[in-house]
Amino acid sequence: MSNLVTRRKLITTGLAGAAGLAGLAVAERVADRYGLIPPDCGGIWGMGETLNYATQRVLMSYHSMAREFARSEISKVVPVSGRPPKTELYERLSNDSFKDWRLKVDGLVAHPASFSLDEIKSMPMRSQITHQACEEGWSFIAEWHGVPLSHVLNTVGVSNRARYVVVYALDDTWDSLDLPDAYHAQTFLTYGLNGDEISNDHGAPLRLRVARQLGYKSVKFLSRVSLVDSLKNVGNGKGSISPDFGYSWYAGI
Amino acid sequence: MAGSTYIPELAEGRATEAREAARHGLVVRATHWIFTLSFFGLVVSGFGIILAHPHFYWGETGGIGTKPLFSLPLPTMLGGPSGWGRYMHFQSAWIAVLAGLLYVVSGVLLRHFRDEFLPSKAELTWSSLCGSLLEHLRFTRPTQDESYNVLQRLSYLGVVFVLFPMTILSGFAMSPSITSVFPWTVEVFGGHQTARTVHFFLSDLLLLFLIAHVAMVILAGFGSRMRAMILGRAAAGKEPR
Repeated sequence: MSNLVTRRKLITTGLAGAAGLAGLAVAERVADRYGLIPPDCGGIWGMGETLNYATQRVLMSYHSMAREFARSEISKVVPVSGRPPKTELYERLSNDSFKDWRLKVDGLVAHPASFSLDEIKSMPMRSQITHQACEEGWSFIAEWHGVPLSHVLNTVGVSNRARYVVVYALDDTWDSLDLPDAYHAQTFLTYGLNGDEISNDHGAPLRLRVARQLGYKSVKFLSRVSLVDSLKNVGNGKGSISPDFGYSWYAGI
Repeated sequence: MAGSTYIPELAEGRATEAREAARHGLVVRATHWIFTLSFFGLVVSGFGIILAHPHFYWGETGGIGTKPLFSLPLPTMLGGPSGWGRYMHFQSAWIAVLAGLLYVVSGVLLRHFRDEFLPSKAELTWSSLCGSLLEHLRFTRPTQDESYNVLQRLSYLGVVFVLFPMTILSGFAMSPSITSVFPWTVEVFGGHQTARTVHFFLSDLLLLFLIAHVAMVILAGFGSRMRAMILGRAAAGKEPR
C-alpha cells in the first residue's frame, strides 16, 4: 500500500468516524426529547432495550388495541404468580373488605386526590377479555373489569410537564408507564376478574392491567399513583424494580 | 501486497488476482462472524428463557390448568435465567437481524445469491438431487470445480429466506405490542402458544443446520475453510481451483 492511499484512507475514516459520533450524539438528544430512551438504557443490555423501545414507539401506533376474545375463550384456570403481601397492614385491610384502603394519586397533578374502593367502583366501568402472557412463557385469557386509568388521570388533571406514571403497591413493588401506555384505552385499574371481585391472589383490592405488555407490568395490590417528569430520581432510577431482577422496564417487547 | 512503490497497473493486476482467489467478500465474512456471536447469544438466552417454563402448548393459552403438548426434562428455574435471558435474547436478536439484513441486501445487490446459491434447472431434477444426496451419504469428498452443490445451495437458501424469517415472525407473534398492531403475526400460527412452540422447533432446526454446517466445514478441511471465512482466501496450493 502506498502512503498516498493510506493518508487518504486515514482522512476519510477520521471524517466518517467524527460524523458518526456527532450523528449518534444528535440522535441521542432527539431520541430523549421524543421519549424514545427507556429508563433502563444503561448497562450492557441497554442497546437492545433502547432499540426495542424506540423502534416500537416510532413505528407503531400509540392507540393499537390488544386482541380481544370471546367469553367462550376465557381460560378455565387463572394461574397465580406472586402471593399477596404477608403484612399486618394488608391482612387488616383485607379482613375489612378493603374499606379503609385508599388509592393516592399525587405528583404532577392539578388536584391530588385519594379514592376509596367504592369511589373507584362508581367511576365508569369497562371490561376487556384479553390475553396475558407471563415472561416465563405461560399465558391465559381472562375478563377484567375496572376503570380506565385515563379516566382517573383526567379526573385529577395531569400537568403537561408529566411524562411517566409511577405506580406503587402494598407489597413494596413499584413500576411505571410512559404516557402512551398510561392513557391507552386498555390500561385499566381493575377490581374485578371473570365476573367476580378480584381475589387477593390476583391483586385485590386494585390491580393495574396493561394489555399491550407482559404480565409482570400488570402490578397487583396498588396503593398509589404518582405523576413525574423523570424517572431518574424515583427508586433505582430504572423506572421499576424489575430491571434489578433482569426484567426490562418496557415489557411490550 | 507489501510493495512500497505504487504502480497502478501492477496493483490492479494484483487486485484482480485477489478477487479471483477470494472465496468470501468482506461483507460476507464480517456479517458471518457477527452473526455467529449473536446466534450463540440467542441460543444461550433462548435456553435460559425455556428454563423458566419448560412446557409447550398448542393454541392460544397454556399454563397451570392446561395439559402441555410436551415438556422438556429440565428443571424449572425461575428468576435469573429468564431475566438476563430476555435482555440477552433481544440484544442478540437486534445484532443478528441487522447483520443478517446487511448480508441479504449486499448478497442481492452483488448477485451473491443468484450466482452462487440459486440452483440451475438442471440441478433441480430428482436424479440430480438424489445423486447429490448419495454423494453426501457416501461422504464423497467434494471436487473443487463447483462452488456449492445443489443440496448446499438449497439448504443455504432455505435457512436465509425461510427458516430465519419464520423464526423472527414467530418471535413477533409472542409480543403483546407487535400483535396489537399486526394481529396477523399471531393469527397465522393460530395462537400465542402455538407460535411459542413453533419458535422452539424452528430454533432447533437452525441448531441442526449449525451442527451440519460445522461438520461439513470440518470434513471439507477446517483450516482452509476457516482461513477463507476469516481472510477471504483459501490457502493457496492446498485447494486446487
